[in-house]
Amino acid sequence: MTRKQRRLTLIGCALVVLAIAAGLVLNALRDSIVFFSTPSMVADKHLGPGKRFRLGGLVEQGSLKRGDNLAVTFTVGDGGATLPVAYKGILPDLFREGQGVVAEGALDADGVFRADTVLAKHDETYMPKDVADALKKQGHWKDDYAKSGNTPSASAAPTQGAMR
Amino acid sequence: MIAESGHYALVLALALALIQSIVPIVGARWRDAALMNVARSTALAQLLFVAASFAALVTLHVTSDFSVANVYENSHSLKPLLYKITGVWGNHEGSMLLWVSILALFGGLVAAFGNNLPLSLRAHVLAVQAWVASAFYLFILITSNPFLRIANPSLEGRDLNPVLQDIGLAVHPPMLYLGYVGFSISFSFAVAALLEGRIDAAWARWVRPWTLMAWIFLTLGIAMGSYWAYYELGWGGWWFWDPVENASLMPWLAGTALLHSALVMEKRNALKVWTVLLSILTFSLSLLGTFLVRSGVLTSVHAFATDPTRGVFILLILFVFIGGSLSLYAWRAPALKQGGLFAPISREGALVLNNLLLTTACATVFIGTLYPLALEVLTGEKISVGAPFFNFTFAPLFVPLLLGVPFGPLLAWKRGDLLGAAQRLMVAGIVALVAMALVFAWTYGGATLAPLAIGLAAFVIMGALCDLAERIALFRIPLSLSLRRARGLPRATWGTAFAHAGLGIALIGIVCETTWNTEYIGTMKPDDVARVAGYQLRLDGLNPRQGPNFREMVAQFTVTRDGEKISVMTPSKRNFTTRGASTTEAALLTRGASQLYISLGDASADGAIAVRIYHKPLVLMIWWGPVLMAFGGLLSLSDRRLRVGAPKPAKAAPRALQAAE
Repeated sequence: MTRKQRRLTLIGCALVVLAIAAGLVLNALRDSIVFFSTPSMVADKHLGPGKRFRLGGLVEQGSLKRGDNLAVTFTVGDGGATLPVAYKGILPDLFREGQGVVAEGALDADGVFRADTVLAKHDETYMPKDVADALKKQGHWKDDYAKSGNTPSASAAPTQGAMR
Repeated sequence: MIAESGHYALVLALALALIQSIVPIVGARWRDAALMNVARSTALAQLLFVAASFAALVTLHVTSDFSVANVYENSHSLKPLLYKITGVWGNHEGSMLLWVSILALFGGLVAAFGNNLPLSLRAHVLAVQAWVASAFYLFILITSNPFLRIANPSLEGRDLNPVLQDIGLAVHPPMLYLGYVGFSISFSFAVAALLEGRIDAAWARWVRPWTLMAWIFLTLGIAMGSYWAYYELGWGGWWFWDPVENASLMPWLAGTALLHSALVMEKRNALKVWTVLLSILTFSLSLLGTFLVRSGVLTSVHAFATDPTRGVFILLILFVFIGGSLSLYAWRAPALKQGGLFAPISREGALVLNNLLLTTACATVFIGTLYPLALEVLTGEKISVGAPFFNFTFAPLFVPLLLGVPFGPLLAWKRGDLLGAAQRLMVAGIVALVAMALVFAWTYGGATLAPLAIGLAAFVIMGALCDLAERIALFRIPLSLSLRRARGLPRATWGTAFAHAGLGIALIGIVCETTWNTEYIGTMKPDDVARVAGYQLRLDGLNPRQGPNFREMVAQFTVTRDGEKISVMTPSKRNFTTRGASTTEAALLTRGASQLYISLGDASADGAIAVRIYHKPLVLMIWWGPVLMAFGGLLSLSDRRLRVGAPKPAKAAPRALQAAE
């Protein structure tokens, strides 16, 4: 083989691999991407039951109810609309009323959001990015969330009370 | 006083870096040895001043000087000493200071041990190193000064984020940074080569040890981080395809490719232009990682837009260094001479394939990480790209890579014999098929892909062993002779075998953990028994306990199997009063390579507590693999032929090597 042929073989191989990769990426982008919504966006878009998405917002004060065998229900609001959420399992450490939350799942026929994951995003500010953005847009942003790591400790007390 | 001295030392380091950026280059142009040698002394002095500055910040944290904003925000007088020290880099400002300290450390190492480098190359390398350093000193001094005082100091600090109060923080970030920043050396070498317009196999000989060193640290750093997330976050997950994790995975993938292409360049004087490009790309990805993690763009695109100083500054650094080096590459690379020829089926060919697959895999991670950000900036639409995306893109690209791994070392340079290699891998192939059949029979009706993956892992591990067996002619000559041969093998060969086998071992761990993980989630009261994977776990009771800066509730579980008591596990839930935050401390029980994992949820009013118990089969192999890879890297690094300061004349080296091949 001449140098030119060898180089062409190489470039050919590279193109094949890249084409396969591009195919995989496009395919995955179509199928495995989850969109983010807040309760008001859910109301606006009329999302149907069964469609998976990520729901973000603030856990409404006093809405957390614990049922049997780790079933919990709570309400997520964004200042505009609210949405009931049902979840079964252990909530993350950072979950508490009045704080931001992101849950992944789908609506059921009754309009309840059945979450299969409640995300614990561990960043320095304890606030999931998507929620922070959405709240800011709607003007419900408290400045003290944004500054590094000073989650209000007073509001955290009620849910911690059970721990003692 | 200490804070001011630390600040001042940092300013002096910047001044030194600026001198180091310019004077050696001028010296190289004028061929003035004295001016070029300035690089050496300034690099060492710079290291001294940054170290002083870093030591000052550590002192402030240890002595709990809450008049300094950084200490006030991230420390607490009751915090244990270890976390006072590690808290230094548990925040933005401190971690950036650690970043430049390590950068200066690497510059200092090149200055101290680079005596055998040609004078002008060393001058150029250190100057480029100083460019990067200057940019980051400016960044720290202008936007993230850790030594700022507060006007009205308070008596007590706000404490460190409790999740970070763990031994993992002591090791993980420094390791990761040693890896990230270590790639700055190969970057500087690449840019220096482009500036000089000269590059040869000797260049690769100098670059490879540095790259290898950075790679070892990055490998260990990523593995550490993964294990830390596994036991600290309480979810039992070890990799989340989170942007922060991807930020460290991308340089690792590119760095692994660089490691292999530098090999081709060193031995065969081929792939020069590509190796230079990879060096630039690898460090660019490290910079990108720093940008992603440090600019706040991940926390919120809008936070980035409302307080843009930091983000824009790092973005500027990114543009200047990545854009600048790539332009330089486009301009100068065609001038670099072409290297040796090789057939597509050859060791070079195999390494090219390795590079191709690794960089493509890296590109998919890149897209998966940055696409959501780009989409949000452009359209405002928010999406999340999670594990499924990476499973569909990254995994299929890794399968051919893993299949190819055993073939590489068995192919000859220049022109290889694929059939011969396949014959020599026969044993590995048979073992792989048997493993596949056994796993398939054992888990009949279960997952179909898992046995295939286990077979692939067995093939990779056995392939590495086959290579060794081939080299020492095991079973073909008397055993004593084989053993003598084994002792005579270059350490780099052993290193290759260990690193490749490590890949297979990690794969086994990953497959077993994801496929055959069993879990129990439920509420338990004292004396309740949970049964998981043949183990009985009895909750003995819940006891409150007071820690230095937290209160915790400890649950005690007695673990029995077939009526025999094995151990006691004590997971706990900690409540940190200062921040009002709680963390879950999981309890782990290691049985061979498998682990039992308990983490606690909330307690209910009637004395029951939510628990999550996992049995994770062979989970530890996920981390043994990388450790083995790093060990292989270390063996290679200690190879006589590759020693960092190998005293060989620069010009004779490449020719002598080629003759030996």
